[in-house]
Amino acid sequence: MVGIVTYGSYIPRFRIKVEEIARVWGEDPEDIKNGLYIYSKSVPGPDEDTATISVESLRNAMARKKPSGVGAIYVGSESHPYAVKPTATIVAEATGFAPEITAADYEFACKAGTAAMQTVMGMVKSGMIKEGVAIGADTSQGAPGDALEYSAAAGGTAFVIGNENVIAEIKATYSITTDTPDFWRREGQDYPRHGGRFTGEPAYFRHVLDASRKMMEIMKTKPEDYTYAVFHQPNGKFPSRAAKTLGFKESQIKQGLIVPYIGNTYSGSMITGLSAILDISKPGDRILAVSFGSGAGSDAFHIEITKEIENYKKENAQSVWSQIERSKFIDYAYYAKFKRKIKMGE
Amino acid sequence: MTIPRFWREFEQRYRLVGTKCPSCGRVYFPPRDVCPYCHRDSVGKMRKHELKPTGKIYSYTLVRQDIPDFKSIKPYIMVLVEMDDGPKITGQLTDIEYDEVKIGMPVKAVFRRIREESDSGIIEYGYKFVPL
Amino acid sequence: MRDVVIVGVGQTKFGEHWEKSLRALAVEAGLKAIEDAGIYSKDIEAIYGGNMSAGSTTFQDHIGPLLADFTGLAINRIPAIRIENGSASGAAAFHEGFLAVASGNYDTVLVGGVEKLTDVSMEEITEVLSGEVDREWELFNGATLASLAGLMARRYMVEYNTKREQIALMPVLSHKHGSLNPYAQFKNTIKVEDVLKSTMVADPLTMLDCAPVSDGASAVILTTMENAKKWRKDGIVKVKASSVASDYIALQSRENITRFDSTVEAARKAYKMAGLEPKDISLVEIHDAYSIFGLIALEDLGFFKKGTAGKYLEEGYGNLDSRLPINPSGGLKAKGHPVGATGVGQIVEATLQLRKEADKRQVPDPKNALTLNIGGSGGSSIVHIMEVVK
Repeated sequence: MVGIVTYGSYIPRFRIKVEEIARVWGEDPEDIKNGLYIYSKSVPGPDEDTATISVESLRNAMARKKPSGVGAIYVGSESHPYAVKPTATIVAEATGFAPEITAADYEFACKAGTAAMQTVMGMVKSGMIKEGVAIGADTSQGAPGDALEYSAAAGGTAFVIGNENVIAEIKATYSITTDTPDFWRREGQDYPRHGGRFTGEPAYFRHVLDASRKMMEIMKTKPEDYTYAVFHQPNGKFPSRAAKTLGFKESQIKQGLIVPYIGNTYSGSMITGLSAILDISKPGDRILAVSFGSGAGSDAFHIEITKEIENYKKENAQSVWSQIERSKFIDYAYYAKFKRKIKMGE
Repeated sequence: MTIPRFWREFEQRYRLVGTKCPSCGRVYFPPRDVCPYCHRDSVGKMRKHELKPTGKIYSYTLVRQDIPDFKSIKPYIMVLVEMDDGPKITGQLTDIEYDEVKIGMPVKAVFRRIREESDSGIIEYGYKFVPL
Repeated sequence: MRDVVIVGVGQTKFGEHWEKSLRALAVEAGLKAIEDAGIYSKDIEAIYGGNMSAGSTTFQDHIGPLLADFTGLAINRIPAIRIENGSASGAAAFHEGFLAVASGNYDTVLVGGVEKLTDVSMEEITEVLSGEVDREWELFNGATLASLAGLMARRYMVEYNTKREQIALMPVLSHKHGSLNPYAQFKNTIKVEDVLKSTMVADPLTMLDCAPVSDGASAVILTTMENAKKWRKDGIVKVKASSVASDYIALQSRENITRFDSTVEAARKAYKMAGLEPKDISLVEIHDAYSIFGLIALEDLGFFKKGTAGKYLEEGYGNLDSRLPINPSGGLKAKGHPVGATGVGQIVEATLQLRKEADKRQVPDPKNALTLNIGGSGGSSIVHIMEVVK
């Protein structure tokens, strides 16, 4: 069986409230909160980036269980520190897996992390490697005053995937990919652009709903067969609506719905929600996990928790919800300084 | 810092790899080729030793100087940490308010951006400390 | 080894010298020393120059020949070497000059120290002066020399229950004496409250705990006792001890950060060489680059038990008429700290004091003087003891 051997997440501790961003740009905070179902988002410190978040996530995973045969590392993000020089090389060096390993970076908007997962699953299944690391992490940027500024956040999760001592078996995965220009960033541009309302129906919902339904069709399951469900979280509204449309109850998605407090961690979004679910799951639990990446595509996973989780030392690293709680709120000025939105002198 | 100089030190900056003297067992960080206590007995025999990332604060200070590399985090906390494996390491302490810092406080090393050559140059990662 | 004596001294004012270049400063001090000795340049057989940062601030290296050139001595093909040992470059150059004469290799040498910092911006100066710490493992992570002093101060205060106010007595004392020294960079006196309220540099140390950025030069002529007796009828000062010791360069490598082990060792050797004990010393010029360095150094020189220097300063030690006058020149804090010139400047002061030429800041009837020059955070210490020759 192929699945998750160990997992770990990292969420930076700074937060900014919707009220604070709205104050600066003259918006009504209640409107934003109601429209997006986001209260605050995470902000990376000046000494943090996708590489540091990836390393800390993987170190958290390794603290829970030491991997024994990692042969590949893939890091998915849309805010890699270098446009050319893979984050995965830095992660490999920093976690001691270099040099006898293959590595590369992925980009697929918010689903680069799950793309990495699928690749590693294939390499493990084929016997090419014993274990592989898939990381999704981001320190995403939203243009000042744009709707995305309320949600573009920072965080990441690392999965070590293998076929021995698996705590969460990934029984199946199914993907949809189309050319849908809902959200993009051209080379050299600081901030992404998006199609406004076009990002809803034709993009997020079409892909997430289709992938979810097909996944359940393949596994011959219904929403009530799952203990938990977690969808990509660009805001709190979209995954709640997707869940309802598919027939899932609020109680099934609550544990994995982290966006209201830390915002959209892009490549870290769905998988950090999944990490939060793994923090409390028990043997036999079933999870439907569906990511979405603009551009566009969706990766669905049918996951079942094994007995192995009872031997698993998850207390060796901080859980997702306790990292969410460990927070320091900052104002817009600090936020702008940390995110380098201020033009500095020579 | 120049590229070769920084690259040579990845093991130290990323993973706290020092050396251990086979004669007296002392652990050194940064690594040494010669043990100051055992001299000749240690030459050619010093072994790589990855330090446990945990330790206790030995001393601390808050730096308010204008250092261009650290402009965005000024003022920053500088600490000397007595690592569990023995050596003392100089680094920044983060994720804590200055008035909460105490000598003896347990801390652990984490991976952070330390500085950048420039907007187009390489990023230099390294260790900082956070409260345990 | 034969006796070595000081027959001539000279120095520029320490401070910001916008109009004077490194060469100009060095020449000014050198010529003053030669004139003070009453000799001719042709009598000088070698030059030893102390300087730390010329290569970084002015991109000028090869300082030895530069000094020989502009003092007009290169024409004699004079041996000229630059010595660098961080902030102890000056005393290190003096040590080399001392050995040159003591060993019989040369009879008369010119020892100088010079530093020109203000040609570059404050940011660059901080960067350059941080060349004394361990750049890989201290500065890279953000530890400037001031922050290392802050770490030492914090630990010292906790280990010995020393009050912040007691540490502040060091710069107060230095300024008290500096106000009487025409060569000093700062002529104002300060109070303990001024130190505490001043801009924070590295907690608990403020701007007034730290020596300033200075330009300056100082020079000394060393020769044999025989020559000295020919050239001067009085005011001959003998070098009774010249000793150097090193320690790990990085503060983190040392077992105890409230002690300068290099100072302890250099002092031990110096006292032995001079046949003296701490209680015999008439006055001391110490390296108060940071106030805490001063307190720690006084203890490591054997004057006070570890952790008690602050208490003794409170009781009045250090004043010109006290049992142990400290930094009658104004020290590094008030007189100034043109790095390479500092160590030689301390010896210039010691000589003036022993010759009773120190004017308003004269220590009453000193028999001998001890100077301590420290490099970095204690990576090197150099101690000199001088005595007046009757």
